[in-house]
Amino acid sequence: MINIPSTIKISFRALRVNKMRSALTMLGIIIGVSTVITMLAVGSGASEQIARQIASVGSNLMIILSGSSGTGGVRQGFGTQPTLTVGDCDAIIKECPAVLDATPVLSGVCQIVYSNQNWSTNVTGTTPNILNVRDWPLSSGRSFTQDEVKSAAKVCLLGQTVINNLFGGINPLGHIIRIKKVPFKVIGVLDTKGQTPTGQDQDDAIYVPVSTAQKKLFGNTLPGLVRVIMVKGKSPDELIDAEKQITELLRQRHRITQKADNDFTIRNLTQMMQTAQQSAKVMALLLGAIASVSLLVGGIGIMNIMLVSVTERTREIGIRMAVGAKTWDIRLQFIIEALTLSLIGGIMGIMLGIGGSQLISNIAGWSTIVSPSSILISFSFSGLVGIGFGFYPAFKASMLNPIDALRYE
Amino acid sequence: MALIETKNVSKIYQLGDIDVTALNNVSLLIEKGEFVAIMGQSGSGKSTFMNILGCLDTPSNGQYLVDEIDVGNMGKDALADIRCRKIGFVFQGFNLLQRTSAIENVELPMLYAGVSSKERKQKAMYALKAVGLEGREHHHPNQLSGGQQQRVAIARALVNNAPIILADEPTGNLDTKTSDEIMELFVKLNNESYITVILVTHEPDIAKYSKRIIRFSDGNVISDKFNDLTPRPPSLKGQGEQSEVPPLRFGEGAGGGV
Repeated sequence: MINIPSTIKISFRALRVNKMRSALTMLGIIIGVSTVITMLAVGSGASEQIARQIASVGSNLMIILSGSSGTGGVRQGFGTQPTLTVGDCDAIIKECPAVLDATPVLSGVCQIVYSNQNWSTNVTGTTPNILNVRDWPLSSGRSFTQDEVKSAAKVCLLGQTVINNLFGGINPLGHIIRIKKVPFKVIGVLDTKGQTPTGQDQDDAIYVPVSTAQKKLFGNTLPGLVRVIMVKGKSPDELIDAEKQITELLRQRHRITQKADNDFTIRNLTQMMQTAQQSAKVMALLLGAIASVSLLVGGIGIMNIMLVSVTERTREIGIRMAVGAKTWDIRLQFIIEALTLSLIGGIMGIMLGIGGSQLISNIAGWSTIVSPSSILISFSFSGLVGIGFGFYPAFKASMLNPIDALRYE
Repeated sequence: MALIETKNVSKIYQLGDIDVTALNNVSLLIEKGEFVAIMGQSGSGKSTFMNILGCLDTPSNGQYLVDEIDVGNMGKDALADIRCRKIGFVFQGFNLLQRTSAIENVELPMLYAGVSSKERKQKAMYALKAVGLEGREHHHPNQLSGGQQQRVAIARALVNNAPIILADEPTGNLDTKTSDEIMELFVKLNNESYITVILVTHEPDIAKYSKRIIRFSDGNVISDKFNDLTPRPPSLKGQGEQSEVPPLRFGEGAGGGV
């Protein structure tokens, strides 16, 4: 017998009558929902950004650092005592089944000159494998070959930042640049890569064959030594295995006795970043949870206003009961009022939340992602808040005695 | 069978340790088509009796039958249903919903009776026309005079084809002239549509419009007389004027169940 469309109409009219009050009550929900959406958007934006960075550094990436040197108790940083060799790298590729590829890295900052321009950048001696290890394609030209590595050819691959600073619009392929006064021929251009999680510009880089770097640029005393080996595992699941296999292999190759410490350190970059991503997700949930408290407060606002409304409209309730309104007619009327407040507030909050997320990414430059699930969750949550906090006032209204209600002034 | 029958109806309120008897073994029969005035001083129990007749309250002891239905043990919702279908209320303070147009006020009982929107509009228009408020359907109560507001309330009481109208001091807030107009409307409804009108008043001038006067004192009926000498208002004596009023009953069922 309950006439839903008419009840909805009645509720809407009651809300229209008190426009200001309805608007302010909705404001609580609007703020609640928009905060939830914005917070979740910021959170998922952050974890998405980390995911992108993982991809940009190279997936399944591990870094082996050579040991630190210590003289008289003063310990230096990683790589100060070069213990890794190109031979280690080759062995890792050959003997570790969980490793897909590996490449030695010997780098340093050098001044480079082209024509009348000069630029200081990170020059990395490596093998062609680095493009595979770091998932970094060339945008034009070619990579250097293994033969060029063997013969220590003076060829180089340039990152976009270097090109922008030295060439300014000219196609660099085939031109000669000078690195530490040594002429190198540009044979390839690296694709744009972006920033690392720590904000380093990865495109500010030059790749040269590792042998050339050793002989012409960094002048190592012992040929073949490198500071870093980058390793790409076969899959994320096999990274732990890869770490074990490499440790075993290198300890064997470096003839480290059972009790002695490793003279190298393996860093599992992917795992570190996955941890970071995980914590970003947790942070997003935490932010959302905090924001949902404001939604709850908005709900209490609704309950408050509905209670006032029930008291104010006691006489109206009495009239409705006298002409035949049943318990659920009255209850539904007030629940629908609360629900209308919360759902309209929810919709406006969603719009405000999307707008707010846009604003944050425009102003603060954070990436934000409004996911459909966050919209759905906050909308249904606001609906639940409406029903939940609307029920008690509605219940109270329905329990009024019609005689007393009719006499109420 | 009587439309309204009370058998030894008592109402006892408990105020702390003291029992207050508001109604004491009241037994009454009211037939269909009667026009009854209930009189008495405040505290005489007439309002309590009206609340019980209107199914807004239930008796502590005794039996109350509306249209042969015993409402004594009914739940809230069942009572609401009886009110909806059997009883129309007219109050002293009009009790219209504010900020709501006349027609929507009249539609209210049909809303809870589950009448379709189109039919509600139609019937409400008809009822407003019957009480002489044609053209004022969309006025809000604050745009209407007291007499007009009471007419809206009467239209609301009529619209569900309820056989009984309970009017609690319907002229209490109106001036003499308007009071007479409202009373004439009740008389007309009673005469032409055979609606049972039960009226609470303490003004003899108002009570004289009725056909039967029941007096209450201290919760007891002290007199119950037929008012044979009721002076009919002059305007109702002319047959021509009566025929201008449209019939107030819709559909059939006017005589059903009695």
